[in-house]
Amino acid sequence: MRGMVSVAPRTIRFTLNGVAAECVVAPHETLVEVLRDRFALGGARESCGQGLCGCCTVLVDSLAVSGCLYLAVFADGAELVTVEGLADGDALHPVQEAFIEAGAFQCGFCTPGFVLMTTRLLADYPDPGDDQIRHYLSGNLCRCGAYPQIIEAVKLAARKLRAG
Amino acid sequence: MSDSRPISSGQIGRSLPRVEARAKVTGRAEYIHNLRLPGMLWAKIARSTVPHGRIRHIDTSTAQATPGVHAVITGEDILRVIPDPYFGPAFHDQPILALGKIRFAGEPVAVVLAEDPRIAEAAAQEVSIDYEELPAVLDEVEALTATTFVHDALKPAGMFADLKHLAGKRDTNVALDYHLRRGDVDRAFAEADHVFEHVFRTPQQMHTPLEPHCAIAEATPAGVTVHSSTQTPSSVRVEIARLLGLPENRVRVRTAFLGGGFGAKVYVKIEALAVALSLLARRPVKIALTMEEQFFTISKHGSTFRIKSAVTKDGRITARRCEVIYNGGAYADIGPRVAQKSGFSAAGPYDIANVSIDSCETYTNRPTAGALRGFGIPQLVWAYESHTDLIARELGLDPVEFRRRNLLKDGLPQATGTMLEDTATVAVLDRLVQRIGWGQPFDRGTGTLRRGRGVAIGLKASISPTTSVATIAVAADGSATLYCGTVDMGQGSTTALAQIAAEALGIAAEAVRVVTPDTDVTPYDMGTLGSRSTFHMGHAVRRAAEEVNAKLAAMAAETGLPDGSNLPIAELFRRKYGMQAGTIVGSGSFVPDYAPPDQATGLTPNATPYWMMGGSGAEVEIDTETGQVRVLRLINVADAGTPINPRIVETQLTGAAIMQLGFTLSEEMVFADGQLCNPSLADYKIPGIRDMPEVLAGETVAARQKSGPYGAKGVGETGTFGVSPAIANAIHDAVGVRLTELPITAEAVYRALRRAKGDPLPEE
Repeated sequence: MRGMVSVAPRTIRFTLNGVAAECVVAPHETLVEVLRDRFALGGARESCGQGLCGCCTVLVDSLAVSGCLYLAVFADGAELVTVEGLADGDALHPVQEAFIEAGAFQCGFCTPGFVLMTTRLLADYPDPGDDQIRHYLSGNLCRCGAYPQIIEAVKLAARKLRAG
Repeated sequence: MSDSRPISSGQIGRSLPRVEARAKVTGRAEYIHNLRLPGMLWAKIARSTVPHGRIRHIDTSTAQATPGVHAVITGEDILRVIPDPYFGPAFHDQPILALGKIRFAGEPVAVVLAEDPRIAEAAAQEVSIDYEELPAVLDEVEALTATTFVHDALKPAGMFADLKHLAGKRDTNVALDYHLRRGDVDRAFAEADHVFEHVFRTPQQMHTPLEPHCAIAEATPAGVTVHSSTQTPSSVRVEIARLLGLPENRVRVRTAFLGGGFGAKVYVKIEALAVALSLLARRPVKIALTMEEQFFTISKHGSTFRIKSAVTKDGRITARRCEVIYNGGAYADIGPRVAQKSGFSAAGPYDIANVSIDSCETYTNRPTAGALRGFGIPQLVWAYESHTDLIARELGLDPVEFRRRNLLKDGLPQATGTMLEDTATVAVLDRLVQRIGWGQPFDRGTGTLRRGRGVAIGLKASISPTTSVATIAVAADGSATLYCGTVDMGQGSTTALAQIAAEALGIAAEAVRVVTPDTDVTPYDMGTLGSRSTFHMGHAVRRAAEEVNAKLAAMAAETGLPDGSNLPIAELFRRKYGMQAGTIVGSGSFVPDYAPPDQATGLTPNATPYWMMGGSGAEVEIDTETGQVRVLRLINVADAGTPINPRIVETQLTGAAIMQLGFTLSEEMVFADGQLCNPSLADYKIPGIRDMPEVLAGETVAARQKSGPYGAKGVGETGTFGVSPAIANAIHDAVGVRLTELPITAEAVYRALRRAKGDPLPEE
């Protein structure tokens, strides 16, 4: 291939859903590819490929990033959380429970992204207003149009988390 | 319909969470998107760069020489494994890879196979195609009279009797025209007090399911296996078997949960290509389209609809003439069915004595159009409900009262002659009027912010006749497994069908496991489309359960139990087999009665097994300085019969309304010289959470489809019907201008406002 710079792979080390992990990645590999191909984690998934839809959301040092644009090498030394890491064994995270109870998804393809972004929102604002909810979730798209139920789920999750 | 189940277990009307809910919130739900097979190659497609032309030469040498490339495949190579490589559900007009001719810009011409998808993608850019360009026909109205023809001759698939007469027809871009003639339209127009005529247009739009199309094909000694994100596993199997000359049982098509479908994934899309590549490479091959590539794969028809009505001075519509031209793009796909089935109800949910309908599917040099959540109906409702509103305003009648005066009701014949039955037209309009507060004073805004309200209603026939088959197996511990080909793409069919099976078996829905469609084990189903599954598969499942019940009763009698014994099923098996052993299998199938439309008049006494009825009410605020449209409230009401799962039905309605909101306000595939300019979510704007109206409601009216399973009928499309015209009608109410083309962008509204002021902006 023309114009390609060094493709020398390098070893990266990080924490993945609370567990120490390492792998060898090429500099062009994205986070979503590495999670799926090396760690069999398919919850973050590429859809638009442009960082617009949020289906590939991953928390990197508790910041939500688009895994389809984020190069895996940048995750060296970071703490990664994917949707698979939210539940505590069989006990779902309150945000996951709320999404089920509010019926906040249809096809489910975008759901991991919305769930992760909601945990991020509720970490910043435990009792968010409608505008904060819409602001935080404006980078996630749901083509099934489950937005009314997603807003309901966010509020329900906030109540659950505040109640501890 | 006999409800022969012994005891109701209360499963109908339960708002059970989706059975796969846990898998979806934990990211563990299976999608073909995530599937990889050992030894798999990735396929990346090289696409045409001209909308119409002949291929002079394809130079694959540079791509072939790229390190890591396994093979470069062209249409000529496909012929080695599939000698007649043309496919399609209505016409066999689409080549697996272009052969000789290019019919749209973006058509697949060659494929690069490699173990690394990046290498395949980079090498695909190196395929060089030399064309002799031909003039292109892009507009559906021009296609009717153009001397450029997209296809040399028509090739109907032969499966549909009503298309056979088109075989070999030359020098035409018309893939199908449906005509309906009822009463004496000419006379009614001649005698009319008032005549109104308008033209409405919609652009080409796209489904954009967030899981783009993907398929993995594996050629095996036993035949082929295709793992696909398809909505129609059985129909894909039938078509692949035909292409390969194999019996159906040598072709296995399996799917998983779909990351959305909306009609994009019906019938063969990329599956035939994946199969051909696997046969050539002798390895599993995966094709995973990008979001961009989906725009070149399937789309929603653009349309032009000329509609004309004759009306008496007291507001009765006496005649309506409908001329609908659909832009079908380069290949027919299921477009001919869109043109015909939507044609049935192009005159709307009104009781009109004299009706003339011409509904026509054209070929053009654009990406192919197919079915998108409504099979053409949203395009039609857009036009006839805008038109109906304009008539009421011209006559000085209240738009709702005008609709009431002409509304079709149960017991009256619809335009086709098919009687309306169990169709809550009146209840839907009544509830809509109540929820939107029609006729009540409201804040109409001041200064540059003006508010208005509008309503619209629509009617749709089911796609008929189609077949569903289901099997239920009861194990010796009494647990039940449902085998059916209905694909869950988010509409909740797995849950609803589990509820129907459970109700008929007299157990809890949670005790029913639903097998993911796999043609090796799940019986035939025509497809998950057209809001048909609840009704058709629902009946098949109910019948399968009834056969299980009958066999269990026979087993009870055989083991000496008295009639009506309620021994637990596990005990019954033990009595018969002496241990936990054995299986009871019941199967059921369903195909509704149907009478094809008369070739000359288009009339039929039985166009559809049920009618879908829905409507929307909108309240909007217009910024007269910018043309910005804010939808404040969007109320959507539907007749879904008796909902099996009310919560899921509501989310179907609000979800459909949001999707149609995008088609109304922002979505448009923009072309320049036949080239698509905006195939990405960056430039093609689908609704996000910030586009949500402040109030968005979806609800059903109390109704029962007596011929449906437990009173239910389909609902997936109904929420789309009224949205676009309700918003246009509300805009008219707010600022007095009429938009006749979608999407209704701020620019379009602002231009209309300037025109209304006699100070139009210069055209671009």
